Amino acid sequence: MLQYIDQFRNLELVEFIVNKIHQECPRQNLKFMEVCGGHTIAIFKFGIQKLIPDSIQLISGPGCPVCVTEIEFIDQSIALAHLPDVIITTFGDMVRVPGSKTSLQKERGAGIDVRICYSVMDALKIAKENPQKEVVFLGIGFETTAPTVATAVKTASDQSMRNFSVLSAHKTMPNAMQALLDSGEIGLNGFICPGHVSVITGIHIYDFIAEKYRIPCVISGFEPLDILETILMLIRLVNDGISKVENQYTRSVKENGNPKAREIMLEVFEESDSHWRGLGIIPGSGLQIKNKYRDFDTRYKFKITREPAIEYPGCICGDILRGVKNPVDCALFSKICNPEDPKGACMVSSEGTCATWFKYRK
Amino acid sequence: MCLAIPMKVIRINGNEAIAEVGGVQYHANLTLIPDIKIGEYIIVHAGFAIERLDEEAALETLQIWQEVAEFSQRKSKLR
Amino acid sequence: MQLGLNIENEFCDMNQKDRITLLHGNGGLQSHRLIRELYLKYFGNPQLNRLEDSALLESDSCRIVFTTDSYVIKPLFFPGGDIGKLAVSGTVNDLAVCGAIPNWLSCGFIIEEGFEIVALEKILNSMKEMAEFTGVKIVTGDTKVVEKGNADGLYINTSGIGTLIEGVELGQHRIQIGDKIIINGYIGDHGAAIIQAREDFPIEMDLQSDCAPIDHITRMLLSKLDGVKLMRDPTRGGVATVLNEFVENQAFGIQIEEIALPIRDCVLGFCEPLGFDPLYLANEGKFLMVIDTNEAVKALEIIHSFPGSESADIVGEVVDEPKGKVILKTLIGSHRILDMLSGEMLPRIC
Repeated sequence: MLQYIDQFRNLELVEFIVNKIHQECPRQNLKFMEVCGGHTIAIFKFGIQKLIPDSIQLISGPGCPVCVTEIEFIDQSIALAHLPDVIITTFGDMVRVPGSKTSLQKERGAGIDVRICYSVMDALKIAKENPQKEVVFLGIGFETTAPTVATAVKTASDQSMRNFSVLSAHKTMPNAMQALLDSGEIGLNGFICPGHVSVITGIHIYDFIAEKYRIPCVISGFEPLDILETILMLIRLVNDGISKVENQYTRSVKENGNPKAREIMLEVFEESDSHWRGLGIIPGSGLQIKNKYRDFDTRYKFKITREPAIEYPGCICGDILRGVKNPVDCALFSKICNPEDPKGACMVSSEGTCATWFKYRK
Repeated sequence: MCLAIPMKVIRINGNEAIAEVGGVQYHANLTLIPDIKIGEYIIVHAGFAIERLDEEAALETLQIWQEVAEFSQRKSKLR
Repeated sequence: MQLGLNIENEFCDMNQKDRITLLHGNGGLQSHRLIRELYLKYFGNPQLNRLEDSALLESDSCRIVFTTDSYVIKPLFFPGGDIGKLAVSGTVNDLAVCGAIPNWLSCGFIIEEGFEIVALEKILNSMKEMAEFTGVKIVTGDTKVVEKGNADGLYINTSGIGTLIEGVELGQHRIQIGDKIIINGYIGDHGAAIIQAREDFPIEMDLQSDCAPIDHITRMLLSKLDGVKLMRDPTRGGVATVLNEFVENQAFGIQIEEIALPIRDCVLGFCEPLGFDPLYLANEGKFLMVIDTNEAVKALEIIHSFPGSESADIVGEVVDEPKGKVILKTLIGSHRILDMLSGEMLPRIC
């Protein structure tokens, strides 16, 4: 029994909410977008789309940090890995992300030192155990993960470590959601908002979506009961013609989020423009390390040149991330691009839209 | 994004909690949520506690649906 | 009808410039490609093309079952066993699931220069104990020593010969719609225990590998029941991969009930935070069995009578549609496709 997980997978309660969704669902077609890889996985893993009416389409937006990480970042990581006495430390999924020509995993065969970490603090430990080596941590993830990486940088600074740095590709959510809406390509009736980002940021970062774009937003947990309740809440807001932000994930998300986590994050990181794979450069949507901590910024420590990166020809990850195309619309899907040999980032991460379609397939 | 799981705190060593889920014990850094007590539930992401779980809110969510579901069942039996 | 994989498959385009990666050995899609596109290309023959755990070699006078397996596990010593115990029980199990009584093993060692004799003796002792327990004889062997830095300490290959039990005929061709699927106990134990022992994630878990022989169970089942259609041990790639091997290119599918899968709480507690799926974790003391529906309950009773097998259960059945696929009926009553392992299982944070 997994406490506070299993209860949110209760069959009877799920059936009850599914019935309510069918009863209260309006006649019109609805499009709800989730912008969180964890939601993409949960929706496919639990077969949520099959339980709800066909008139409700759940769209995956750019919520997978691995999927939206720019190709240049992968190329830079690989280049760094080939330098003598460098250890690359990273979360699991980054190892398989294809860059312009290759991936960290493929280069492992050529002898580079890449170590997978469960926590950024593992990377600090590796740095302490290998004082003669430079340890570079690949900083990916959104507002949920950035505070943890900031904590590691602060710790390294407090301990005057000399051989640890972070190559940051951290991204933040709200501006990307706005860029999506401004692109005008998708008509959305609601957002399923990322639960764990909201744990850090609080609920008001989505207010502008409800107020300016008149699209209701519900912050959702990750269990079946959470996602279904969120869908029901969105349906009710649509039916009542109300555009506001509501919080379904009350057991974890507080209205004001986690101020301490934000404080630590903003002590180490500052807002920057960021390149989102498939979406281009979105102003103010990234996090880069502040000058105060530049000794722990890989870009400052190493001469990182920005070379233009090459997407695989025919890859439509961008359209998929914007929610305008589905994986089956891509000529490369399955035959050429699959989890064994991913060509674009949407296939590489287990939460990427293409990988979940491949694995769980409607 | 952001895989994070509720776990129960069973020990605290300075800045680190030992938290348990399904009988497996994880180390969770408490820098982001410093005033955690043993017995509380925390949400753990990538080796860090990012928030305490509000057990009352959790039980309230479940209870509301349970009551509504039961009420609905009783109503349909009466019809 | 041939067991095994259709050679004219959509993934027939292995790039010759590619290097071998770890995916080629993890039991998933890339492993299957290597077998299809290289090994069968060079070695293909009727026995090999069936791609079963063991090869049935028939002549007028006898029916021999022959198998081989190489053990490269890291770490060499893990909770619940070591590479030696695994090298004997794993090959015994490959013979057993093909309906054979395991008789003889060969044993090849590739040892890294500098490997401690004390460690080698521990491993040899494990092999001796497992061989005595199962009744197999190790009758021939070989040793090579390689320079320091190679072989991760020790690799072992064991090849096994067994005698097919009289009257037994197992194969995909016997499977019928309505047959039940049985697993003899908790899944994912070995995979979870090994990943934790190897990766040293900052967690503590009281979990042992399920490394154990199952030949005594399969022998009892085959002696008492006529309706055993097919068996396989879900090692690398896990239960999901083996179920897909059962149905690939066949005129039937399999539906599994998630709620029926026996999974320990601690394996779930390991998988959920790290983003792993127990259905893809390796097992070393388990077998999946396809059995006639009329004998399923009796089969379960037989399995339950063996100590340590109390968690065995009927977990699914053979269905008409969708053909060639495995469907999982989820905890919340919906359905989704369950593919074989593709890609490397990596812990995810997002």
